[in-house]
This record gives sequence, C-alpha cells and structure tokens, in this order.
Amino acid sequence: MIRYVIAFVSVVLAFPAWAEINVKEVTSPGGIKAWLVEEPSIPFVAVELRFRGGTSLDAQGKRGATNLMVGLLEEGAGDLDAQGFARESEELAAQFGYDSHADAVSISARFLTENRDEALALLRRSLVEPSFSEVAVERVRGQVLSGLRSSLKDPDKIAGKRMSELTYGAHPYATAGEGTIDSVTALTRDDIVAAHQGALTKDRLYVGVVGDITAEELGPMLDQLLGALPETGATLPGEADVVFAGGIDVVDFDTPQSVAVFAQPGIHRNDEDFFPAYVLNVVLGGGGFESRLMTEVRQKRGLTYGVYSYLVLRDQANVYMGSVSSANDRVAEAIDVIREEWAKMADTGATSDEVEKAKALLTGAYPLRFDGNGSIARIMVGMQMDGMPIDYIVNRNDLVNAVTVEDVNRVAKELLDPELLTFVVVGKPDGV
Amino acid sequence: MVRLLVLALGVASFALPVRANDLVTDYTLDNGMQVVVVEDHRAPVVMHMVWYKAGSADEQPGVSGVAHFLEHLLFKSTDNMESGEFSATVAANGGRDNAFTSYDMTAYHQRVAADRLELMMRMESDRMVNLRLQEHEVATEREVIIEERNQRVENNPGALFREQLSAAQYQNHRYGVPVIGWRHEMEALSLQDARSFYDTFYAPNNAILLVAGDVDPLAVKALAEQYYGVLPANPDLPERVRPQEPPQISPRRMTYKDPRVAQPYVTRSYLAPERNPGDQETAAALTLLAEILGGGQTSVLSQKLQFEQKKVVYAASWYNGTSLDATTFDFVVVPVPGVSLQEAEDAMDAVVVEFIETGVDAEQLARIKMQLRASEIYERDNVSSLANRYGRSLTAGLTIADIQAWSDILQAVTEDDIIAAAKQVFDDRRSVTGWLMGQEEVTQ
Repeated sequence: MIRYVIAFVSVVLAFPAWAEINVKEVTSPGGIKAWLVEEPSIPFVAVELRFRGGTSLDAQGKRGATNLMVGLLEEGAGDLDAQGFARESEELAAQFGYDSHADAVSISARFLTENRDEALALLRRSLVEPSFSEVAVERVRGQVLSGLRSSLKDPDKIAGKRMSELTYGAHPYATAGEGTIDSVTALTRDDIVAAHQGALTKDRLYVGVVGDITAEELGPMLDQLLGALPETGATLPGEADVVFAGGIDVVDFDTPQSVAVFAQPGIHRNDEDFFPAYVLNVVLGGGGFESRLMTEVRQKRGLTYGVYSYLVLRDQANVYMGSVSSANDRVAEAIDVIREEWAKMADTGATSDEVEKAKALLTGAYPLRFDGNGSIARIMVGMQMDGMPIDYIVNRNDLVNAVTVEDVNRVAKELLDPELLTFVVVGKPDGV
Repeated sequence: MVRLLVLALGVASFALPVRANDLVTDYTLDNGMQVVVVEDHRAPVVMHMVWYKAGSADEQPGVSGVAHFLEHLLFKSTDNMESGEFSATVAANGGRDNAFTSYDMTAYHQRVAADRLELMMRMESDRMVNLRLQEHEVATEREVIIEERNQRVENNPGALFREQLSAAQYQNHRYGVPVIGWRHEMEALSLQDARSFYDTFYAPNNAILLVAGDVDPLAVKALAEQYYGVLPANPDLPERVRPQEPPQISPRRMTYKDPRVAQPYVTRSYLAPERNPGDQETAAALTLLAEILGGGQTSVLSQKLQFEQKKVVYAASWYNGTSLDATTFDFVVVPVPGVSLQEAEDAMDAVVVEFIETGVDAEQLARIKMQLRASEIYERDNVSSLANRYGRSLTAGLTIADIQAWSDILQAVTEDDIIAAAKQVFDDRRSVTGWLMGQEEVTQ
C-alpha cells in the first residue's frame, strides 16, 4: 500500500545499448531507506544490508569482538539454538550470509517469494535478538581461534598483516579485525553483546533490495526487519595517518615462493583526480593480462603467475597497493621490475593508446557487474555508502570517458611515488 | 503457485513455475561440434565458452601438466593473431576472458556485450586450429606455470597433502596425477609436448560450444555454423578410454608433516562410482548422502561431533559425481585443541557406523530436497553457473538428457537408497585416510 511509503524516488538507468535498471529509493514509515530494483522475472529476492563501522568499532582491548559477534548471529536467536536456526533456514531454502570487514558488517540474504515473510522474520531474529549463548560463543570462538592459528602460518596473511602494521600506526586498520589469539581468548559474552549494540545500528545502515518485491511491499517490511535495532552505537574511529617508509621489509618464513605486497599513498574516492587515477591503475597493474606489470613481470620474464595493483578505498584511509609472488630466488628481480615500472610510469606516463584501451575495458566491463540480483543489491549498497547519487550508474561511464591521457599522466606524476613504495616480502628471498 | 505446506510429517511440498531446462537449446553441427545455448534476456550480456573433452587425465604418462600448459599457450600467437592479442581484443571490447583446466576438460570463456558474440567466435574458432607455438614463448610460459604451481601448491601444505592423497587413492588412473602437473615433469614440458596434445584433442568434434545470455538460439546456430562449422573434424580423435583402477584391496593410510601446518586435520576418501549416461541413481544417492552426513550445520557429523561431543571445530563430507571415471566420496574432520587426530578419526568412524544403523532422518532429507529444488530457481539468476554445469557434465561424458533428468533423479532418492549407497561405498579396502600435521605434533 502506497501510504506506507513516505518517499519514493525512481530513476530509470539506461546504459547506452545496455540494460535498463530501474532503481527506486524507498523510505519506510519508520524512516529506513533502501534502494530497490523490482525484478519479478525470477521468484526470489536478494537483500543486502550493510552497517558502516565494522571491525573498526572494536572497543579498546576488545579486538575481534565485532568479528566474533557477527559469526554468532546465525548461531541461535530467540528460542532457537544454532541447529534450530539452521533447520528453519533450510526448510525455507533461505540463504543468509553474515560477514564483517574493516569498514562494515554486511548481511546478504536471498529467499524465495513464497517464503518471504517467514524468511524475513527469521533474518530479523538473527539481527535483533541473537542469543549469544555460552555454548555457541565457545564453539564459534574455537573456529575463530583455529583460523587465527592458521593465519600465523599463511604467507599471504602474514604479508597483509605486516603491511597493515607498518602503514596504519595506532588506527584499528593496523591490526586484523579477527583479533589475536590472546584478545579473542579474553572476550566475554558482555563484550559480544556490547559489540552487537555498537555495530548494528540504524544510523549507519544501508539497504539494497533486488528481486520479486514491490516498493509498496518493501516499506513496512523494512521496519519489521530492522526497526527494533538501536538508533546509534559505537563511535567511528577517525581518519588514519598512513605512513610509508619505502624500502623492503622482509618477514622470514620457510616456504619456497616469496609473497610480496607493496603499497604507497592512495587517492580519495571524491578527489577530482580519482577517475584519472583509476584509469592509470588499469594501465599500470589493474587490468587483465595487458597491464604493464603483467606484461613485464609475467609475459616477458615469466617471474610470476600474477602481479596486480589496486586502489584501496577505505572509509578512513586511501592506499595504493599491489601484490606479487615469485620463487625465493626470483622475487628480487620481480621487485626490481615493479619498481622500474612504477618509476617509468611516473616519469613518462602512459600512451594515449593505453589510456583509450583502459577506458574501453572499464566502460565495457562496468555493465557486466550487474549480473544478478545479489550483485546489483551489493552495488547499490556500495554506492550508498560512498555517498553517490542514485543516477551515478548512468553517469559513471561518462566520468571514465572524460579522462584524457594528459590527466592520466599528470596524476601519474603526482600520485606515483617510487621513493615511498614500500615492500613487505614473506619467505626466504635471495638478494633482498 | 503452490504455497509451501509443512505437513504433519514435516515434509515440505513445493512446486516450481518454470524448469531450468526451458532455457536451454542444443544441437550438433555437421562436423560433430555440440552447441548448447542458455537464454537469459535480463541484460544484454553473453558468456561464450568452448569446452574441450580433454583434460589432464587424457595426458600421456611423463608429460603431466601439458593440458594446463597448453591452455596457457592458447593465449599466445596463432596464424592470424599476435601473442596476447586475443585477451587484448576482449578487453578492448569491454569484456573479460579466461580459461581453466581440470581432469576431464579444458574450457575457454569470455564475458562480453551480446553484440560482440561474433567477434568471440571468430577468435575462438581461429585458435582451435591455427595455434603457432614459438620456442621463446613456450620457455617463458613454462616459468609462469611453475610459479603458478609454487603459488597454488608448493606454498600450501594442504594442497601438497591433497596431491599425495589423490596419488594414493588412484593406483592406475590419471586422476592420481595433479592437473597442474608434477613439478619435475612440468620443468621438462616442451613445445612438441604441447603441440602433440593440441593436434590430438583440439578439434570441433571434441569440443562443445556453450553460449549463455541474451541471445537467440537460431542466431547462435547461424554464427556457430559460420565460424566453427567450417572447421574439419579430426578423424583420428582417440577414443576416450583411460587406464582404469584395479580392484582396490588394501586400505591406505598416510601422514604428511609440514611445519607450516597450524591446524592439523584428518581426511578420508573412498573410491566411488560417478554419474554415467542413463545410470545416475547411485550417484544421486551419494550426492544426498554427502549432504546428510556432512553438508552443513544440521548434518549428522556436525550435529554429533561439533555440537554434541564437541570434539571438532569442523566436520564435512562431499561428493562430486560429475566425472568421466570413478570419483571419490570425501570426509574431513578438524579436531579441537586437546583432541588427537586418532580420537577425531575414531569419532568420525563411529558416527558413520551409527548413521548406517539408525538410518536417514526423513525431515532432514526433506529439507535437503527442498533446498535442491530452490537452487534451480536461484541458478536462473546466474546463467554462467548453469552453463558451467552443462559444460562440466557434457565433458564428463553425460548427455543433455542426463543433465536434465538429474534433478528428478535426486528428488526420487529414498532413505533406503542412501543407506544402500553408504554401505556400498564405505569399504575400507578402497579408502585412503590422511593425517595432516605440523612438525611438533605427536602422533600418539
């Protein structure tokens, strides 16, 4: 019924020669906003919820509390224990995923049209009245600790952890959101309840819904699903001061192939040079087989199976990162080549042919992301969290196409900093 | 549509409005190339794939990894394209491309705007017959696949362990040899080895074209005839007969110790029958058995070992029947600290013995069947996954009719079928038990 829907903005987004996606902004009677795409052709609905903050909201000394709490949401709610909850979701053929990362807690759900009300009621219980029973806490704590013990011997995890320590100083980003064996061992049920109250709150909630449901139906459902959550919660951490010392930090680990990650300062999503930087990254190391790093390190020299660079856009920090893995006796050469390419791009920039090809890749690949109800729901939530307007989808390719080779090369000079480019190498690298 | 009814017995009944196979059209070109089209008109995007019925298990002894090596080399030069031009062209058209190799198949795929389908066919049909291998590219790419092995296997004690387990499970069949290859054989792979595999297996009568997305099956057929239909069939295509397993008469046990292992665990595998054309019933029972025993939170192993006895962090079983030759039924149990691998293994065995005695919980079976039916709806949201299922099944020797009958065969499986399948497959003599351990672990 329309009266349940207070605000109702509808934008038809048409890609030239692409699909039409009709995004509606729905506001529930209780004031919860959602972006909706009605897609009735398959009888199911995908819902994506995201709560800004994530593991960065962990209280001092409680590292890992948010992660453990999120792991417990499906382990019992109301009068259902973990098995009872799982049985009910199986009976409904509803699928719920609960995840946390540095900037958000994310919940992904899909359920059949037939079972919509029952599935949402079950999802609601897991979000609003999780029981965090002692027995469930101990079981999931055991799983988290098992994962943490494995991370200590996983070269990829070791490399990422070391780079975060070096980069983020005293910010929560400096340590893993899963916590440490000591911090997770010490968490109490009270800590978990506090993390739940702190992280799942309405003031930092973003919702995307795609599938067999109308705007009129969605409004009241949002209130039933999420209305009972607290208005506000824990304080978000401030911006991180990122630090790069340059050079190579070696973590000794006995394994045949060294894993390297590299990083330098990045660029903000809202920076006017963001799109030139984005195109630059595709040319340098963010595309497919054609990037300069792939061409030089893999195709020409066979030093690695894969080398990549990527702009890391976090709420409280922006970093330009990359990764490569090479046998211990070859990783030094791989690092040299990456450094050379970094410097060369800063000095002489990209060719106009490279820039045009990168733009073609980005603009062509963008619509390919909209490849299912769940993917579209996730994209819509991401856009909301990044503060983008609802018509961003239509304009995004124009923003890419407006980038010129001059923009890219100016930004390459400003952004790429071979002196600050810092490597962490995990392994037994020769000559590093 | 019928509402979900939960009857007194807890059995859910459910009706589907549209069956997945309404979306699928198939035909065969005159040269023997099979074509399968999966329609999805929600977005003007297409997935174009060519699957070869040639995987690592079709290799000759001594050149392990050549199927996968050749897959890499197909991105190099042909008579009509420069090295790297294939992927560069896909990218310049805003698409994504890649390839993968397994025991029974090698597949190449591109995801692009639907109006670029013809370009993909032109390029993919070209590299089916016109590959021009060059020594220096072969040498460099060999380094790449060795780094790939380093990344996937050598740096990962769990992957090294799995290689050893497979080698013990298969005493004669090539499934015992890793897809990526044994390192010492990869280091010796030559241009001639790759060429020979290519000349033997890459031909239209050994390939399946799969097109999924916003396409008209008739238009696809016309294009397929134009680009693939003109290629000559290989009259010397070998019959797909591989060395089979002898009767397995002795249980195998193995221990792999690696200081990089932080979380020890126990695995068990049993040689198991696969899906065969017109004969999928046992495979269907085993598929449900794997779900019941170890498919998730409410499975028998999780319930007993994780929730009741609190002996494991994780327990699971799985079975994949989509395989040309005999496959495996697998278990893993990951003990909690303080529980030894022997205790975990014994507890797992006891649960399986008890399960065979007590039988299947009818409500659990009904829940699993309900989820299988729902997965057909969810799969319609992801036609790439539907296309993949067809590709995997067809290259594993099944027919379109087998694929389309599969969901009904799964639904028809009874509690007795499941117990009978368990009794048939859980035979010690055909088993491999593995313990993965850190260096400091004390066995007993």
